[in-house]
Amino acid sequence: MTREFLASVIGFLVYALLQVMLFQELVLFRYAFCFVYVAYILLLPMETNSLPLMILAFILGLFVDMFYNSLGIHASSLVVVAYLRNYWLGVITPQGGYDTGSAPTVAANGLQWFMVYTIPLIFLHHAILFFTEAGGFGLFWFTMLKIMASTVFTSAMIILFQYFGGGSRR
Amino acid sequence: MQRLLHFLYEYRAFFTFLILQLLCVWMIVQNNQYQGAQFFNTSNRVAASVSGTTQDVKNYFALRRINDELSEENKWLRQKLEQREQAIQYLTLKQDSVFDTDIVERFEFVNAKVVNNSTARFKNFITINRGSEEGVEPGMAVMNDNRAVGKVKTVSDHYSVIISLLNIDEQSSVLIKRTGHFGTVQWDGTDPRFIDLKYIPRHVVPLVGDSIVTSDFNAVFPPNVFVGIIRQTRLSESDQFHEIDVELAQDFGKLAYVQVVKSRLKKEKDSLENITIGEPK
Repeated sequence: MTREFLASVIGFLVYALLQVMLFQELVLFRYAFCFVYVAYILLLPMETNSLPLMILAFILGLFVDMFYNSLGIHASSLVVVAYLRNYWLGVITPQGGYDTGSAPTVAANGLQWFMVYTIPLIFLHHAILFFTEAGGFGLFWFTMLKIMASTVFTSAMIILFQYFGGGSRR
Repeated sequence: MQRLLHFLYEYRAFFTFLILQLLCVWMIVQNNQYQGAQFFNTSNRVAASVSGTTQDVKNYFALRRINDELSEENKWLRQKLEQREQAIQYLTLKQDSVFDTDIVERFEFVNAKVVNNSTARFKNFITINRGSEEGVEPGMAVMNDNRAVGKVKTVSDHYSVIISLLNIDEQSSVLIKRTGHFGTVQWDGTDPRFIDLKYIPRHVVPLVGDSIVTSDFNAVFPPNVFVGIIRQTRLSESDQFHEIDVELAQDFGKLAYVQVVKSRLKKEKDSLENITIGEPK
């Protein structure tokens, strides 16, 4: 328990600092943003209750908001992801069910399952984020393009991390 | 009562979700107001120093360009100074009647380094390494070599957050230098090189190439600060106002140093207006 707790605290710090020091600066063609910190909430162990999940999402979101000068926007969209995560995991349970104590990773459930799991949630997160920032649907297609591009970028980054970081954890 | 508690417990996840969301919405609304939350932004010391480190690394690779720009500006300033000296010598005769140090030294500048900047979002902010200790206050204008950059939103002891002109919430009063007509510039959120000029009435004929500068009515900027150049104008039959694209004079992606403008007479002007017109609502 304490080891797991420690691991999640370190993970929290790593994702938070990576986001604000590196990925905040990384914007491709002015459209594609990389909000890699979403992976922290997505990759917490299967059995994590949605209450602590939402609290963690709230704190992580606020931390990121502080650096983006956008108080509340990242927190709000990440809390939505945290709330829906466990329902979504239930909906897409593979035939054999999940192994107890496993994490929702590529290594445990395969790439195809992982993409079905992450991409819709990342898309939802980015949609809430960008439309809130734009203050409505005034620039609908422009915002939509940003959302699509960022979803591709973030997802690609998170999947890439699975192949580099995943090996050492197993 | 017990059934109510049971109900609340049953749906505790949903209610927590609701409460957190309400909290977020409240914060978003608070932050949208002009002087928003004072602590949770990049003017906070920890956040600013982290951003500052990142910016230092980035600046290292831009040193040559920054040096070039600074020496170019030095050259320009020295030229101006020389011209001014000559003009003063020429005007010494009238000196007694017009020389009022309060007017001449109306504006004071605080030099600051940019520690955080963005251009790709809808609401872009700039963080600088000068704060209330150095005399920066919310509402002051920020520019770079006489090109408009934005206005101060919040300050901490040693850092300030500036609302960039590239922020969909920011509006500034400007005028077309050639014709003298007033308008407002506001960014539409798409291209960081262009800003929209609004409220120029039909009878005015703005031309491509006209300079746009800040107006005398501007509560924030000194008059005559360069904003940009008109690149395109559109006017359809039914429009009341021209739709004008202005190319910004400042390349916001390259900001490294800025100057905060302290206006010594602003307080006097504001309090005089308050007496005559009443407190602003």
